[in-house]
Amino acid sequence: MATVNHYDAIVIGAGPAGLTAGIYLSRARLRTLILNEGTVGGQMVLTHEIANYPGVESISGYQLSGIMKKQARNFGCEIKTGISISGLGLNDSIKSVILSDGTEYTADALILTPGGRSRTLGVKGEDEFKGRGISYCATCDGDFFTDKEIIVVGGGNSALEEAVSLTKYASKVTVVHQFDHFQAFEHAIEEARSNSKISFIMESVITRFFGNEKLESADIRNLVTGEINNFKTDGAFIFIGYVPNTEFLKGKVTLNQWGEIIVDSNMATNIEGVYAAGDSTAKKYRQVTTAVGDGTVAALAASSYINDLKTKKKQPAEI
Amino acid sequence: MLYTNLKHLESAADHRKAISENENVMVICGRMGPMCIPVYGIAEELEEEYRHVKFYDMEFDNPESHVIRSLPEVRGFMGIPFTIYYKDGKVVRATSSIQTREQVKAILDKEFSTTVKA
Repeated sequence: MATVNHYDAIVIGAGPAGLTAGIYLSRARLRTLILNEGTVGGQMVLTHEIANYPGVESISGYQLSGIMKKQARNFGCEIKTGISISGLGLNDSIKSVILSDGTEYTADALILTPGGRSRTLGVKGEDEFKGRGISYCATCDGDFFTDKEIIVVGGGNSALEEAVSLTKYASKVTVVHQFDHFQAFEHAIEEARSNSKISFIMESVITRFFGNEKLESADIRNLVTGEINNFKTDGAFIFIGYVPNTEFLKGKVTLNQWGEIIVDSNMATNIEGVYAAGDSTAKKYRQVTTAVGDGTVAALAASSYINDLKTKKKQPAEI
Repeated sequence: MLYTNLKHLESAADHRKAISENENVMVICGRMGPMCIPVYGIAEELEEEYRHVKFYDMEFDNPESHVIRSLPEVRGFMGIPFTIYYKDGKVVRATSSIQTREQVKAILDKEFSTTVKA
C-alpha cells in the first residue's frame, strides 16, 4: 500500500521524545511524519533553563526544542503542527491516523509521544478567573500579588516550593491540600512549615471560585466534616500535578489507572507496531533526558520492526 | 529579551507604528515563562494561516510596554501574557494568561474575519 500519505513511521507528539524519535527514524532513511497538536517541544519549552542536559552547559527549553526540531527536519523528517486527531486505526498491519479535517495518514509503525499537561481543578469559576486571580505559574504571575492574600492548592513538591517562593510577594499564603499529609520531600515540607507567612488547610478541597472583575473568594469544603466555608482571597495558584494526554488512546492501547501508556523495555505497547515514549508512558522519572532516551529506544525498535516487515515483503511466498 | 521567532516590539514608537500601519494586529506581551511560551508558539504557527494579521511580541518587563500595561482593557489582569488584538489601531479584544490554540483562533476568526458581509 503506497499512497501519498503513507509513511514508514508516524510519531504523534513533538516533545523531546517525539523529536528524538523523528531524528533517529529519518536518519535511518525511513519516511517519517511527526503530527503535533500542541507546541513543538512539549513541556520542555516551558523550562526556563536546562542545566543538566549532558553536553550542553545551559540552554533554555525553547532553544533546545528549536534545535531538535531543526535536526529532525534536516534529516528529512516532516513535522505537521496545529493538527487535531479525530481517529486512530491501530489493529491492522497498516496503522492509520485521521485528522479532524478528514486527512488520513498511514504508516507501518506508530510511536505515541503525546506528553502531559498541568492538571486543573475543573471547578466552577476556574476558567473564568484564569489570569484574573487564578494562575498555574508562580514565577510568571507572582508579582501581581504583592501584599495580597493568596491560596496555593496542592501538597507536592511544586505546591510547597512555590508557596514558599510566593511569600516573596504575598502577605499571606494559605496552602489547601486534600490529604492529611503532604507528598512533597521532607525538606520542602519543613521549609513551608517554618515560613511564618504560610498557613495550612488540610483535608480540604476548593469547590468553586467567586468574583467579579477579579477573583475574590473560594468555597473550601472540608472532606472530613463536609462543611463548606467561603474563603476570601485575592489569588489562587494551582499545583496539583500533571496528567498524560492519552484520552484519545483509551480503548486503543493498554493504559494504567492514571492513563499512562504501558510499555515494555523496547517501548512497545500491547499493539504490534505501536510504540510509546516520554512523559505519557508509565514510569517514575520524567526528565528531558529520560524522554530523549525513551524516544531513541522507541525509534530503534520501530526501525527494526519496519525493516523486518520490508524484508518479509521482499521474500517470495513459500510454497 | 524574548527569543521567539515573532517580530519584536521594543519601544512604544514601534508599537504605535505597528498598530497604525496594519489593519489587524495581535501583540503578546509577556516573559519567557510557561504561561507565555505556548501563546508565542501558537502565534508563530498561525502566522502563515492568518497572513492578513500581523503578529508581534513585546517584553512585559520592558518599561516601554506601558503602552499595553496601562490599557483600560487590561484592568484586572493578573496573569501574563497580556494578549491584545487591534483592529485599525483600536483594541478589539484582550486576554490574560495562557490561551489554547482554539481560543486564539476563535478570536482571530471573529475579530479579523476576511469575509465581506453583504
